[in-house]
Amino acid sequence: MGETITFWVLAVVSVSAALGLVFSRKAVYSALMLGVVMLSLAVLYAVQEAPFLAAVQIIVYTGAVMMLFLFVLMLVGVDSSDSLVETIRGQRFWAIVAGLGFALLLALAIGNVVFGPAAGMGGVVTGRDGYMPALAAEIFTRHVFAFEVTSALLITAALGAMVLAHRERVRPKATQRDLARARFAGPQPSPLPGPGTYALHNAIDMPALLPDGSVAATSINRVLARHELEEGFAPTDPEKAALIRQVLEKDAARDADPVEGDKPIQVKDALQDENALQEEDGK
Amino acid sequence: MTTHYLVLSALLFAIGGVGVLLRRNAIVVFMCVELMLNACNLAFVTFARQHGNLDGQLIAFFVMVVAAAEVVIGLAIIVMIFRTRRSASVDDANLLKY
Repeated sequence: MGETITFWVLAVVSVSAALGLVFSRKAVYSALMLGVVMLSLAVLYAVQEAPFLAAVQIIVYTGAVMMLFLFVLMLVGVDSSDSLVETIRGQRFWAIVAGLGFALLLALAIGNVVFGPAAGMGGVVTGRDGYMPALAAEIFTRHVFAFEVTSALLITAALGAMVLAHRERVRPKATQRDLARARFAGPQPSPLPGPGTYALHNAIDMPALLPDGSVAATSINRVLARHELEEGFAPTDPEKAALIRQVLEKDAARDADPVEGDKPIQVKDALQDENALQEEDGK
Repeated sequence: MTTHYLVLSALLFAIGGVGVLLRRNAIVVFMCVELMLNACNLAFVTFARQHGNLDGQLIAFFVMVVAAAEVVIGLAIIVMIFRTRRSASVDDANLLKY
């Protein structure tokens, strides 16, 4: 009875989380949904007399693999959401049809099979100290060769990840002297102006004001400004809103054509051009 | 109860498959592949209990190991592609097409 209740609760949770994984717009939500599915599967393993697999599921999947996913998401950019353009016409519709058909096929096939009562793990465990010694005996006797090969696989994977993620340094690391020179050669030797702090606002999204009361364009936080524009929180001050839009448009032009577009912030570019150069080499 | 577990496993597998077909973000596609692997593991564990031997659990264990290795390499490849092409979308990596 307890198992039935656990199963139905976890089945509902895991299927809805899996649907959330597929249909949520943001990749981070997908990752969290996948974490929910993995945790509920871990509990299902524990219910099905596989305590070792339940622990491994939590440690390896929810612990290591999910963290890896989240790290890569942060690296690649959390806001990199899906494009909605269909490259193959009708692909979305037929994908859903195929998925439904496949699920139906599997469910019908499984439904046609008559299972006897489950044998349970009791027979395996008797004579041994418990589930884990029984599993260990299997791994280290009958499957010891596969187990050893797995270690080779893991070493290869670790090495491969290092080789793939490694970047060759094509020119010497910029010293403090080089950075200082680049900074003073650029148009702005001083740090950029910070966000404005006023009696009403001290948030980082408020641009600083110049002595004459106009907005300092260099103090606009690009990330926040873009976000606010997308979410529809344009500043109430029309002058400020126009300026922010102008700065963002300039940024977009620079992104689209990095050579022709002007570069207002030279210091940052001097710091980044090492990376840019390597990327060009990569291309 | 075995049937229930297997149907759940099949459902999760199908949802993962739909996700692989639908989504464009390479990382989300990868997560859906992980979901399919997990669904398979659930079936393996279920069959292990149904038949009363440990082989299913063993295979599930090896699947987990291989999945971990696969995730490491796959994510490294995604990061590499993102570095050179500034995009994690599977539609953008089409240089081999022509």
